Amino acid sequence: MVTNQLVLADYNLLRWIPLIPLLAVVCNLFWGRALGKKFAGALACAAVGASFALALYVFWQLPSNGIFRDSIYTWIDSGSFRVNLSFQVDALTAVMLLIVTGIGFLIHIYSLGYMEHDEGMVRFFIYLNLFIFFMLTLVMGDNLLILFVGWEGVGLCSYLLIGFWYHDSNNAIAGNKAFIVNRIGDFGFILGIFLLVTELGRQGIWTLDFLELQKHASMLSPASIGVITLLLFVGATGKSAQLPLFVWLPDAMAGPTPVSALIHAATMVTAGVYMTARLHFLFVLAPSTLSLIAWIGAATAFFAATIALTQNDIKKVLAYSTVSQLGYMFIAVGVGAFSAAIFHLFTHAFFKACLFLGSGSVIHALDGQQDMRKMGGLKAHMPQTYWTYVVATLAIAGAPLTAGFFSKDLILWQAFSHGATALWGIGLITAGMTAFYMFRQLFMVFHGECRANDHAKAHLHESPAVMTLPLMILAFGSIFTGWLGAPEYLWGNRWDLWLRPVFGAAEAHEGSVGTEVIVTLLTLAVVAVGIYFAYAKYGRAGTEVEQRAGAGGLLYRLSLNKYYVDEIYDHVFVRPFTAISDFFARFIDPWVIDGTVNGVAAVTRGSSQVWRGLQTGNVQHYAAGLLVGTLALLAYYSGQS
Amino acid sequence: MFGLAIGHLSILLAIPVLGAGLLLFTPRRQTPTLFALALFASGLDFLWSMKILQLFDGKSGDMQLVERVAWMPAFGIQYIVGIDGISVFLVLLTTLLMPIAILASWSVQDKVKEYLIFMLLLETGMLGAFVALDLFLFYVFWEVMLVPMYFLIGVWGGTRRIYAALKFVIYTMAGSLLMLVAIIYLATRYAQTEQALTFDLLKLYGLHLPVDQQGWLFLAFALSFAIKVPLFPFHTWLPDAHVEAPTAGSVILAGVLLKLGTYGFLRFAMPLFPDAALAAGPIIVALAVIGIIYGAVVAMMQSDIKKLVAYSSVSHLGFVMLGLFALNLQGVQGGLYQMLNHGLSTGALFLLVGMIYDRRHTRLIDEFGGLWKQLPVFSVMLMVVTFSSIGLPGLNGFVGEFLILLGSFNVRPLWTAAAATGVILGAIYMLWMFRRVIFGPLTNAANEKLADLNSREICLLAPILFLIVLMGVYPQPFLQRMQPAVELTLKRMATITATPVTTDHGTRRESKRDGR
Repeated sequence: MVTNQLVLADYNLLRWIPLIPLLAVVCNLFWGRALGKKFAGALACAAVGASFALALYVFWQLPSNGIFRDSIYTWIDSGSFRVNLSFQVDALTAVMLLIVTGIGFLIHIYSLGYMEHDEGMVRFFIYLNLFIFFMLTLVMGDNLLILFVGWEGVGLCSYLLIGFWYHDSNNAIAGNKAFIVNRIGDFGFILGIFLLVTELGRQGIWTLDFLELQKHASMLSPASIGVITLLLFVGATGKSAQLPLFVWLPDAMAGPTPVSALIHAATMVTAGVYMTARLHFLFVLAPSTLSLIAWIGAATAFFAATIALTQNDIKKVLAYSTVSQLGYMFIAVGVGAFSAAIFHLFTHAFFKACLFLGSGSVIHALDGQQDMRKMGGLKAHMPQTYWTYVVATLAIAGAPLTAGFFSKDLILWQAFSHGATALWGIGLITAGMTAFYMFRQLFMVFHGECRANDHAKAHLHESPAVMTLPLMILAFGSIFTGWLGAPEYLWGNRWDLWLRPVFGAAEAHEGSVGTEVIVTLLTLAVVAVGIYFAYAKYGRAGTEVEQRAGAGGLLYRLSLNKYYVDEIYDHVFVRPFTAISDFFARFIDPWVIDGTVNGVAAVTRGSSQVWRGLQTGNVQHYAAGLLVGTLALLAYYSGQS
Repeated sequence: MFGLAIGHLSILLAIPVLGAGLLLFTPRRQTPTLFALALFASGLDFLWSMKILQLFDGKSGDMQLVERVAWMPAFGIQYIVGIDGISVFLVLLTTLLMPIAILASWSVQDKVKEYLIFMLLLETGMLGAFVALDLFLFYVFWEVMLVPMYFLIGVWGGTRRIYAALKFVIYTMAGSLLMLVAIIYLATRYAQTEQALTFDLLKLYGLHLPVDQQGWLFLAFALSFAIKVPLFPFHTWLPDAHVEAPTAGSVILAGVLLKLGTYGFLRFAMPLFPDAALAAGPIIVALAVIGIIYGAVVAMMQSDIKKLVAYSSVSHLGFVMLGLFALNLQGVQGGLYQMLNHGLSTGALFLLVGMIYDRRHTRLIDEFGGLWKQLPVFSVMLMVVTFSSIGLPGLNGFVGEFLILLGSFNVRPLWTAAAATGVILGAIYMLWMFRRVIFGPLTNAANEKLADLNSREICLLAPILFLIVLMGVYPQPFLQRMQPAVELTLKRMATITATPVTTDHGTRRESKRDGR
C-alpha cells in the first residue's frame, strides 16, 4: 500500500518558511522596545504573512506525490548515529504548513486588536512568532528528532504564553502544569525514539529519517513495533490532551484568548495527531496499539464532552470541546483512517479558531468576563461576532454541508465501515452532546436577556475590524473547507486524493452507499436532538439560567466538577510524591547520608582522643611498652614452636 | 632539540602562576589594579587556550602538544603534559570560566589580593590536572587544587564556611590518599616487568593487570573520583561547600572542579582498569541513576536557590556517569558533552544567583517572586539557563542528555528508562523555582527597588548564553573533535578486556546486559 513513486527534490527555499518568523523574534527581542508596540506587532504579522505566502507558493509547486527537501547541516553526528537539520514538505506537511501559517497569520492580525492595550504586547508577539517557528519546525522536520525539537519548542511557547500574565500566580502555575504534564508524555516519546533507534540499529540501520524509517519499518519485530508505537503514543496523549494526560489543557485557558485559539485549539494540540499520521507506516504495523488509540480517543471524546455539558466558563467549554474533538481525530487514527484524521484536524482548526476568537471578542467586549451566566443577549450588540459564532457552532455541531459535518461524518463512517460499531456508537452519542453543549453556549452567550452588570453593559461594543475580519474568514472556512472531503455519493473526496501518496489508498469500504447515507442521517438526527434539548433548556434563558439544570444531581455535580480528576491526581500522585521528596530532603539526606559522613568523622576524632593517650611523650612509658611487646612476641613464638 | 623551549601547554599553566606572582608584588590597597591584573592574566590564558584549540588537530585521537621532561628521574617521575579531544574542551571551559568568575567577584572587598592570588593558583591547578599525563604529576595538581579552594571557601565564604571548607578538604583528601597508594603500586608493578619505575600514563595503559588486582586499584581511583563527581551517596559535601562558597567559588567548583571527577574516570580509572570498570559498571550505573532521581527529588524541596542548584548538579552529573559507563561512543561522547553543558549552565546559574544575592543578601526562594517586572533582563537570562538545564532541544543540554540516554539505552534499557524520569523531575524543580522567583505578584517590598543587571553583569553572562545556544544548535564542531579521542579510549579498553566493549553499536556485550 505504500506508494513508491514519490518524487524527491531539493528545494532550498524551504528553510525560509520557519526562518522568517525566527528572524522577527530576534529583531523584536533586541529592538522591540525601541520599535514600539505598533511596529513590533506589524513586523510579527508581516513575518507570518511572508511565511504563509511562501508556504502557498511551495504548495502550488508541489505535486501530490512529491517531496521537497532542504538539508541544511548535520546537527548531531556520533558514530553511526547521525541526524540532519533538514526540512521536507510533502502532501501532509503542505497541509499542516497552510494551517499553521494561514490560521497563524489570521490570529496574529486578530491579536493586534486584542492585545492593543496590553503593556506586554511586544513580548506577546515574540512568543507568538517563536511558536510559529517551532510549530513549523515540527511539521517540516524530515526526521523524528527535528520533529521532537519542534515538539518541545512549542511546549516551551505554550508554557510562556499560558503564563503570559505572570503577575497572577495561577497563570504561571497553569503554565508549569502544562509543561510538566507534557514532559510526562515526552518521557514516553523519547523512550520510543530510543527503542526505535536501537531496534533498527540491531539490523544495522541507523536513522530517524522518515523516508528511511518507512523503507525499513518492516524489519522491526511486531513486538518491538508494538512497544515503540505505544511509547510514541504516550507522547501524543500529552501534547494532544488525551486521557489520562488531558488535565493541562483546560487550565491552559489562563493564557490570552488568541493563544487558546492558535496553540490550544488549531495547531499545537494537534501535533500528536500529526505525529501519528507522519509515522503511520509504523502504527499500521501495530494493530493492538491502533485499537488502543481508537479506544483512548473514543473515551476521551466522550468523557470530555460530558464535562463540557455543564461548564459555565466560556473558554472551558471550548477547551473540553477541543479535547473531545481531538478524541475524534484519534478514533480516526485508530481505525487507520489517517487522511480522515488530518481532515478533521484541518476543519477543526478553522471552526475552533473561529469559536475561540469569537469568545475572545466577547470577553474583550465584557472587559474580561468569562462566566456565561453573566452574559446573554449579546446578539444585538455584536452582530458580526454573533453570526460568525453561529456559523462555527453549526460547523462543530455537524450541521449539514458545514465543514464539521463532512469531517466528523467521515470519521464516524470510517469507524462504522471498519466494523468498530462500539466506537461508532460512542462517537455518535458524543456528536449529540457536542451539538447540545455548543448550542447551550450559543444561547447562553448571545440569546435571552443580558445578565451582565450595568457597568459592563454600558461598555458593550462590537470588536474592531482587525478582530472581526479574521473571524469572518475563519467562518467562511468553517463551511467551505469541508467541501474538499465530501463523500463519494456527493462530489467525491478530493482531500483523500491529495493525501493518498502519503498514506496510500484507503481500504475498500465494507458498507454500501445506502448504508453510508443512513449512517449520516442517523448522525444528523442525533445532532438535531442535541440542538433541540439545548434550545428547550437555554433557548430563552433568563437570569435564572443554570439554576434549574438538574442542579444537585450526582451526574451534574460530577460533570461540573470535572469528575474531580484534578483532585484525584493531586491526592494520588502529587501529594504522596511531595511527601516522599520532603522526607528525603529533610530526613534521609541531612540525617542518614550526611549523618553517616559526619559520624565517621566523629568516630575518627573520638578514637584519636583515645589513641592520643598513648603518646604521652614520657620515655619510660615507651620503654615499658617495648618491654611488654617484646615479651608478648617471645611468648607467642615460643608457643608456636 | 631546544632544551629550553617551553611548550604551549606549559605556557598555559604558567600564565596564571605568573599573574599570581605579579599580584604578590602589587600593593594591596590598589584594588582596581589587582582586579585588572588578575583579569588580564586569566584573559590572556583564555586567548592562549584558543590558540591551543587552533593548533589542535581534531581528526586525531592521540595526545597532542605533548611535553616530556624528567622531573625526579630516580623514581621515574616525569613532567608530561598533553591534550586530546577529551581534555581540550575541558581546558577551554576552565580558561573561559576563570575570567568570568574573577569579573563576577567585584563585590569581594576583603583581602582582595589573596583572593585573586588563590583564584589564579586554582586555575593552574585545575588546568594541570586536565593536561597531566604522568600519574604523579596529576596527583600533585589534584592535591594542589584543594589548597586555594579551601581558602576561598574558608576565608571568603558564608557563616558556616569553616565547617564547609574542612568537610570539603577532608572528604576529598580521604579519597585521594587511597589513589596515591594505587598510583605507587601501579608504578612498581610496571617496574616488575620493565625494570624501571614509571608514572607515564600512556605506558601504564599498556599494563595488563590481572582482574582481581584491577578491582582493588579501580576501587581506590574510583572512590577518589566518585567523591569529586559527586556520585551518590558521596555528595553531601557539595551542598555545604556551595552554600558557603563565594559566587566565584561556586562557579568554579560546579563548573570545573566536579568535572575533574568524571574526567578522572574517563582518563584514568576506566582505561587503566577496563575489566574492573566493566565489572563495576552495573554498580556505578545504579548509583548514577539513584543520584539522578535522588538529586532531583531533594533539589525540589530546597528553599535556598544555591542548595537547589547544588543538588541539581548531583542529578546532572549522574547523567554524565551514566553516559560514561555505557562504554559506547554515543554514551561517552554525550557524557563528555554534558560535562561542558553542566559547566556552562550551572556556572551561569550560580552567577545569576550571586547577582541577586549581591542585591538582596538572601537566596531564599520565598523572599522573591514577581521579579520579572523589576528585572526583565535578569529574568530572561535566568529563563534561558533554566531551560538549558532542563534540556530543552535547541539548547546545549539536550544534545548531551540525548546522546547519553541513547548510548545507555543501547546497553541498559531499563536503567536508562529510570534515568529518563530525571528529565521530568528536572523540569519540575527548575520550573518550580523559576515560577516562585520570577512569576507571580511582586509582594516583597524589598524587591521593589532592585536594579536590573548592569552592563558588567550582562557581559559576564553573554558568552555563556551564546555558547548555550551555539552548542545546542550546532554541536558538530565540538562533537567532531571529541570523537577520535573517545574512540581511541574505547578501543584501548576493548583490546585489553577479555569481554568486548562496543566502540560503536556494531558489537554488543550480551552477557553484561542487565535489565530486560
